[in-house]
Amino acid sequence: MKTLLKRYAGVLIAAAAFTAFLILLPQWRGKALDSIGYQARTMLLVIPPIFILLGLLDVWVPREKMIRYMGPGSGIKGTVLAFLLGSFAAGPLYGAFPFAAVLMKKGASFPNILIFIGAWSTTKIPMLLFEISALGLRFALARLAIDIAGIAIIAWAIQAAVSKQEIERLYGAAEKID
Amino acid sequence: MDTLILYGIAAVGLAISWIKNREKTRTALKKALKAFEGILPQFLVVLALVAAVLAVLDTAFISRTLGASSGFWGILGASLVGAVTLIPGFIAFPVAASLMREGAGATQIAAFVSSLMMVGIVTLPMEMKYFGKRVSLLRNGLAWLFSLAAAFFVGWVVSL
Repeated sequence: MKTLLKRYAGVLIAAAAFTAFLILLPQWRGKALDSIGYQARTMLLVIPPIFILLGLLDVWVPREKMIRYMGPGSGIKGTVLAFLLGSFAAGPLYGAFPFAAVLMKKGASFPNILIFIGAWSTTKIPMLLFEISALGLRFALARLAIDIAGIAIIAWAIQAAVSKQEIERLYGAAEKID
Repeated sequence: MDTLILYGIAAVGLAISWIKNREKTRTALKKALKAFEGILPQFLVVLALVAAVLAVLDTAFISRTLGASSGFWGILGASLVGAVTLIPGFIAFPVAASLMREGAGATQIAAFVSSLMMVGIVTLPMEMKYFGKRVSLLRNGLAWLFSLAAAFFVGWVVSL
C-alpha cells in the first residue's frame, strides 16, 4: 500500500497541479479538458498493441539470439537491425521506451538501443510517406537524410558522455522488468 | 493509419504465438499487462502535462508562431514549440503544409517537424523511468540542438 502510494505520488501532484490549472486559468479550461480526453483516447488506443508486441518479444526471443543479433559484438549488422526495427515501428515515441527496455533486458547493446530510439523518432516509414505527400519529396528526403546523420551523432555523443556505471545501472533496472 | 498497422502487426503476432504455444502467449499477455502497469504512473503524469501544454499551445498558437516569425528567432521559436508539444504526424504535417503554402519558411517548418519528432519534453517522465535522468536529458538536449542544424540543412536543400 505504501509503495503504491509512493509510486503514484507523482500522479497525485500532477492531478493537483492540473486541477489548479483548471481553476486558476479558466480561459484554457475547456481546451485543457478537451485535450486530456483526446490525448487519453489516443494514448489508450496506441498502447495495447505496443505492449502486446513487447510481451511477445520478451517471451519468444531468447536472450542468446538477441545478443548475437544486437549485442555488443553484433557490429554493423546490429546497427542496421536496430535502425530497421525502429523504422518499421509505428506509433509515438513514448511507445519506444518500454520496448527499448525489453531489448536492453534481452542484451541489445546500448548504442543499438540509442539507434533504435532515434529511428523510431524520425525515420518511421508510414510517417515518411505522409510527410512526402504533405511537405514534398525534397523536404522529406532532406529531413530524412540529415536526421539519419543526427541519430548516429546523438547515439555516439550519449555513449561517449555517459559513464559505464550509469549504463550498467540502466541495464540492471531493465533486467528487473518481469 | 499508424495505429491500424500497429494493430495489424500485433494481431498477426498474437495469432501465430497462440497457434504455436498457448501457454507462452498467456505469459506474453501477462507481461504486457505488467509492463503497462509499471509505466502507468508516469503515463498519467504525462497525460496531465500534455493536456495543459496543448491547451495553451494550440494549433492556432503554433500557426502564429511558425507563420509570423522569421529569421533565427523564428527558427528557435519553432524548434521550442516542437520540443514541448506532442502532436501526431497526421495532424502536424497538414498544418505545416498549409503554413508553407501561406509563406512560412521551410527552415522554420523543418525546425518544428524535426524537434517535434525527436524531442519530447512532456514525455520526459516516461523516458526517465527507463533511461534515467542523465541519458534522457542528454538525448533531448542533443536532439533539440540537432533539430536546429537539421532545419538549416532542410531549408538550404529546399531553396536549391
